[in-house]
Amino acid sequence: MIRTALLVAAKDLRIELRSRVLLWQVVPFGVMALLLSGLALGPAHAGSSSAGPGLFYLVTLFVALLMINRSQAIESTPGTRASVATLGLDPAGVFLGKSLALCVELWATGLVLLAGAILVLHTALHGALVALPSIGVTLAAMAAAGTLYGALTAGGDGAATLLPVLTLPAFAPLLIAGERSFSAALHGGALWEWWVILAVALVVYLAIGVLLYGVLEES
Amino acid sequence: MMKQLSQRLLGPATLVLLGLTFWLGLWVTPPDRVQGDLVRLLYVHPAIAWVALYVSFGTATIASALYLWRRTRSYVMDRIAYCAMEVSVVFIVLTLITGSIWGRPTWGVWWAWDARLTSTAILGVLALGYLALRRANEDPALRARRSAVFAILSAINVPIIHFSVQWWKTLHQGATVFTSSRTVLVHGSMAWTLLFSFVGFTLLFFWLLRARYRLEVKREASSSAQLDEALASRRSEGTF
Amino acid sequence: MTGDIDVVRLRDAVVLSNGFPLLSGVDLAIPSGSLSVVTGANGAGKTSLLRLLAGLVPLTSGVATVAGIDLAEGDLRQLRRRVGWLGHEGSFYDDLSVRENLVFAARALDRPTGEIGSVVERVGLTHRIDTTTRQLSAGQRRRLGLAWLLLRRPELWLLDEPYASLDDDGRTFFDGLLGDVVAGGATVVVSAHDPLRSAALSPRTILLAGGRVVNDSQ
Repeated sequence: MIRTALLVAAKDLRIELRSRVLLWQVVPFGVMALLLSGLALGPAHAGSSSAGPGLFYLVTLFVALLMINRSQAIESTPGTRASVATLGLDPAGVFLGKSLALCVELWATGLVLLAGAILVLHTALHGALVALPSIGVTLAAMAAAGTLYGALTAGGDGAATLLPVLTLPAFAPLLIAGERSFSAALHGGALWEWWVILAVALVVYLAIGVLLYGVLEES
Repeated sequence: MMKQLSQRLLGPATLVLLGLTFWLGLWVTPPDRVQGDLVRLLYVHPAIAWVALYVSFGTATIASALYLWRRTRSYVMDRIAYCAMEVSVVFIVLTLITGSIWGRPTWGVWWAWDARLTSTAILGVLALGYLALRRANEDPALRARRSAVFAILSAINVPIIHFSVQWWKTLHQGATVFTSSRTVLVHGSMAWTLLFSFVGFTLLFFWLLRARYRLEVKREASSSAQLDEALASRRSEGTF
Repeated sequence: MTGDIDVVRLRDAVVLSNGFPLLSGVDLAIPSGSLSVVTGANGAGKTSLLRLLAGLVPLTSGVATVAGIDLAEGDLRQLRRRVGWLGHEGSFYDDLSVRENLVFAARALDRPTGEIGSVVERVGLTHRIDTTTRQLSAGQRRRLGLAWLLLRRPELWLLDEPYASLDDDGRTFFDGLLGDVVAGGATVVVSAHDPLRSAALSPRTILLAGGRVVNDSQ
């Protein structure tokens, strides 16, 4: 299982490095969304709002949806699906591998967006650094959930539009827990509750993915 | 024999209990000292919410789990899950509407960032997502597997969503409006009415589920008749 | 393995897709170690039959066993590991090179990666080994597909229109290769819509129409 996971993760990351879809399409989209969030706040609040963490996560969430689509699109050209199916890969390993690759990509994009939030929304640098562990775990949970929901919608009619409908409700607690722990890192406040939510979500998605990913694959 | 009798009595029993609930709720029970006539929503809203959140979503989840388990895997379970989820959408919408009607005079707004309200709304999106997912997959086996996994994921998500919204709210503001103004002391005729409403709406759910299930079986039968036709016409392509 | 065991056994096999019967009741037995050609007009069900045998589409009704595995009840993942599939689409990760695609397949199957060089040489792609698959021509992709299969050495080869987009040189090479594969004990099923080609290739031609077998030369 772990061997398959590493093989699949390395393959996904290599494809990403070569195609640069992340760099040339996803990251610019995220940066633009961040700028638009600032504009939406209005000139009085754009640089001094406490909404920084919330906007950071909202943008990350939409960026994550694009990346989940991309992660499934790699597999879903008809020929690739057939050839890879005849390799008989362990589905639990494929799930873990794709989640791992997505997680690394989300971390990379998250760092860029975090830098953007510090720069344009004037989020405090020190608080952002303190929030890094919680951001890391939130994005990891998003990656596991996203891989699962991506497989749920893969190949169906209108997969690209169905994915957000199914995924966003599941992202709601992650958004809340991530935003609250980020705000706590900036302004102080309760923390352990958010770690509970994040840990439970991460464990649940990993467990369900390992157990049921094979069930979701076509045929 | 017993099964047939109970199935035949399901409809009338539902009507009688709901009729009793409305009569007791609207005319017999007294208005509340604080909430006045608004308290009568007590005989509708909690029972509908109970059916929406626990009975119907629970039925869909259990049927989904039974479908995924190899030993109990059958399209009966898949159909029950699908039909229960469809009925649950109706009850979730009713829960939100009755909750809003109650909330407007109590809180002064149609929508409040309350944990129960928010998680019910998200649950509604999940239930609609389930129906959308079913429409997106044509192959019956794949559709059944994927929707079963989604139903189970959703059921696990609901408590996570609920707690996160509750903590999000309470850690920020202290006590919610719910605990103070909505508490009603229940006694006498009110308790009976409440009991009738819970049993009545639960029976209504099973009645609707049964009707929807029968409809689904008929729909499948008609599409399998179409299938025989399609097979015959496909085979005739081969004769020159 | 000798020819008296059937690798493929189908009885009244039906495959539906979106309510349309791709296969409308196929009866077929293919002995192990044989080479058969499936032929028929466009839309007759050639690709669907091969995909069914590869475990890539679910059996809707009827009885089907491939390599001893029941398609209705058995472990399709096990089956897919034992068959080789070459479809008409480009069937690899487009952003990986020839070598990277083959290394991925070899690692996934626990095969030594040392063979890759010789396999690529055999299909005549050595000069393109570090090119990304996206940049290959259709015929070269077909050759990469063959390399993938040679690396895997499946017991049942399912080749969907393998001659399409191959040049004359490629076709001759391909005929020789299939001969070697059958001589090595594997079973090959090829689909081809060109009747001349199929007659030259194998004594057994299975003619499909309307999603079922209408003529079997054997």
